[in-house]
Amino acid sequence: MAAPLALIGFPLLVALILLTVKSGAARSIVVIAASVLLAAGTLSLVFTHYPLTEARFHVSPALTRWALLGLELALSAFVFAIGVRRRRLLVSLLALLQAGLSAVTGLLFEAGAGVEHALSADKFSIIMAVIVGVVGSLIAVYSPGYMEAYHRHHGELGDRRRLFFFLQFLFLSAMFGILFSNSLPLLHLFWEVTTLCSFLLIGYDGTEQSRGKAFLALVLNMLGGLAFSGAILYLSATSGPLELDGLARLEGLGGFGALTRSGVILPVVMLAFAGMTKSAQMPFSSWLLGAMAAPTPVSALLHSSTMVKAGVYLIVRLAPVLQGSLPGVMIALIGGVTFLLASLIAISQSDAKRVLAYSTVANLGLIVMCGGIGTYESVWAAILLIIFHAITKALLFLSVGTIEQRTGSRDIEDMSGLIVSMPKLSIMVQIGIAGMFLAPFGMLVSKWAVLRALVDFNPLLAVFVVFGSSATLFFWVKWMGKLLEVTKAHQNLERGIEAKQWASLGALAALTLAICGFYPLVSTLLIEPYVIDIYGTIRTMSPGNILIMSIMLGLVALFPLTFFVYGRRVKVVDPYLGGGNVDSSFSFQGAAGEVKSMRMSNYYLGKAFGERTLSTAGLIACAALVLVSFGVAL
Amino acid sequence: MSLPWLIVAIAAYLVGAPLAGGLLAGIDRKLSARLQGRWGPPILQPFYDVAKLLQKENIVVRRSQSFYIYFFFVFTVFTGGLFFSGGDLLLTIFALTLAGIFFVLGAYKASSPYSFIGAERELIQMMSYEPMVLLTAVGMYQVTGSFFVGDILAARRLLVLSLPGLFLGFVFILVFKMRKSPFDLAGSHHAHQEIVRGVTTEFSGRTLALIEVAHWYETVVVLGVVALFFARIPWLAAAATAAVYLFVILVDNVFARVKWQLALASAWIVAATLGVGNILVVFFLR
Repeated sequence: MAAPLALIGFPLLVALILLTVKSGAARSIVVIAASVLLAAGTLSLVFTHYPLTEARFHVSPALTRWALLGLELALSAFVFAIGVRRRRLLVSLLALLQAGLSAVTGLLFEAGAGVEHALSADKFSIIMAVIVGVVGSLIAVYSPGYMEAYHRHHGELGDRRRLFFFLQFLFLSAMFGILFSNSLPLLHLFWEVTTLCSFLLIGYDGTEQSRGKAFLALVLNMLGGLAFSGAILYLSATSGPLELDGLARLEGLGGFGALTRSGVILPVVMLAFAGMTKSAQMPFSSWLLGAMAAPTPVSALLHSSTMVKAGVYLIVRLAPVLQGSLPGVMIALIGGVTFLLASLIAISQSDAKRVLAYSTVANLGLIVMCGGIGTYESVWAAILLIIFHAITKALLFLSVGTIEQRTGSRDIEDMSGLIVSMPKLSIMVQIGIAGMFLAPFGMLVSKWAVLRALVDFNPLLAVFVVFGSSATLFFWVKWMGKLLEVTKAHQNLERGIEAKQWASLGALAALTLAICGFYPLVSTLLIEPYVIDIYGTIRTMSPGNILIMSIMLGLVALFPLTFFVYGRRVKVVDPYLGGGNVDSSFSFQGAAGEVKSMRMSNYYLGKAFGERTLSTAGLIACAALVLVSFGVAL
Repeated sequence: MSLPWLIVAIAAYLVGAPLAGGLLAGIDRKLSARLQGRWGPPILQPFYDVAKLLQKENIVVRRSQSFYIYFFFVFTVFTGGLFFSGGDLLLTIFALTLAGIFFVLGAYKASSPYSFIGAERELIQMMSYEPMVLLTAVGMYQVTGSFFVGDILAARRLLVLSLPGLFLGFVFILVFKMRKSPFDLAGSHHAHQEIVRGVTTEFSGRTLALIEVAHWYETVVVLGVVALFFARIPWLAAAATAAVYLFVILVDNVFARVKWQLALASAWIVAATLGVGNILVVFFLR
């Protein structure tokens, strides 16, 4: 029990310490020391406890029950007060409902009274813990330097950095709580804490705009929280299993407690609904796009290792129950529609952060799809996706945030010539982009697996992936192209980025590359045993294919070698511009003799892939699917 | 396939594919000329062209632009090796995409407005044909139970009988893949519908020669996929592949280039109807 408690307790302790530290330098030291310890701690879990047998920990039900109820009500009261203070009736109303539900389940049905093992740790939660620990810590290391510059640039904003770092570590603590909770009421408590943390972090700036977006995130996630509570109430009332490892197993392997699948499917769909709000599936995707208002480390945290990953974690956990059920298919369809539409919308976006956000929504859709169909193949693919996506997305967000701070723009069109003005960062962005969609890098391995899992289940679902991934190819490559193309001389803008920031960026870039080489190992040691534990069977990539992927990786790795023959045996000229070039490679003499300059700009195809039309379509389609999934679960 | 045979097959492919691809390109040019009322160059002209290009000075705008083309070449060759040694069809497609992306990045790197536009259009073309290519792999997997070309080849039935929609759809996107009118947005072999040479504008000398040879390899690989549909009966496979190739040349000479909207929409509609329809029929009849 020591390890899970330590991982929940340590960040909480650090958070409290950070709340009291006033000096910036001292704060940096605390943050870095804590991050290193945290990353080392999660990694040591794997090394010292291998081969991880599932561990369940007994906590006195009476104790947790009252403590839980108290904390839940306190949280609701806090949110209620915020609603009243900011005159958001809806928020207060939702908080009241939440409090009511918690009170009814806690007092009338004595929820949690029968929960013997409130905490547990298995291979899946350990994998997730390593992701949260390592990626979350790297983001934390990056933060002090960024926030320093952030407040230099935005003098008008109040400096609430103590709160910021407090929330960041509280968030990590709650994330570990979600991963190690076996009791659903306990999991719900941590779930609500992440909702509250993300609300406060998104609204960090305290401006009218950021506050609006924070409330959007709060309302949508509270809806999910309500559904979660509803599931707990339902299970308590029908004396169903309130322990996750009892609920989410195949029927033959001791799942569902005393009930049959038809008895637990409704609460499971409610839990999956909560998962979909948290992982920003359509029709709830708007909150994640709004979360861009926050400082970059917040977006990186929300998009990569925490928050949205909590949602898909829960759905993948529930996969064995959803497998082969009609509501499961509906959830898979929601994921599919989200993947397709978000990928298409990303084509029309030139704001780098919005492209990243839509890509996050899309990839989460892919994972939700895997969870919805819930076969052993798809669960393997889903866990791989979670790992690759967390690392790569954190790298991309932090890189774009750094670029924005140095150049004052995060528009992709302004990234022209970045390979000259910010060579190191530009290469990191390229590594990140390649990691997101290109063979033989990580995400593509999982896309290969997803495609096969879907075809085995129902090829109609593969259609979403087939069209969606074609769109991802377009928007990623044109971004890469913009980074490479150079039309004029640029100053180097990379000076002034702190060593801590470089360390964090460099580590994430190295991880993105390393995981491509090491994923077979991660798969054999952790993912496959987990899938076998749950399903009793497994199907992975054949050794031959892994070899071929490795050969491709080796070939791509040769690319940097080209710099040794850089510019040998070539004659350099100005490009052809359709007229005589004048002085430089970007202005020319037009047909009437006047000097014209040229400009190159990417295609965004806004008419064909308009954000508004496609979002509305997704909203309607997915809202209908959500209703149907509840309808068929009844 | 045993290891010695594997090596023989790969060696045969490495040498044979560019020879076959070059010859096909020669036949293409001769036939196109005849269709247009010209005498046309000798069949071996593509080889002469490449030999000449190899001797020319390498002129570039950006010093690193050629590197991308080298990798385009390497991965195109690799893709074919994967395909003809019986490898995973999905991986083959992904490798071919990777090769295509290096080609596009080279054009971006050249930093000329014409190659830039060419790169954008090449990407639109890739986005257009990719779904149909993936659906083809999906369909073959449904019928044969394997993504491996070797297993698909060994299937006991004539694939085209189960997958007629996918076959027609694949022929449709073959026009994109072989860079033929009406879907030659990124760069056309027909001088009359091109202001500047599109995606290859800033490439010359041995780099351009490599692009040509890579395209030969590419042609052989995509025609190999066509042959897979008929693999059960070898003579039929040969005849069908030849017929498809001639058909694409005919189409190339009959149609003028279309705008990207029509190109993308038509390819996706074909994939969504012929491709998806065929897959669903196979799924429900099984």
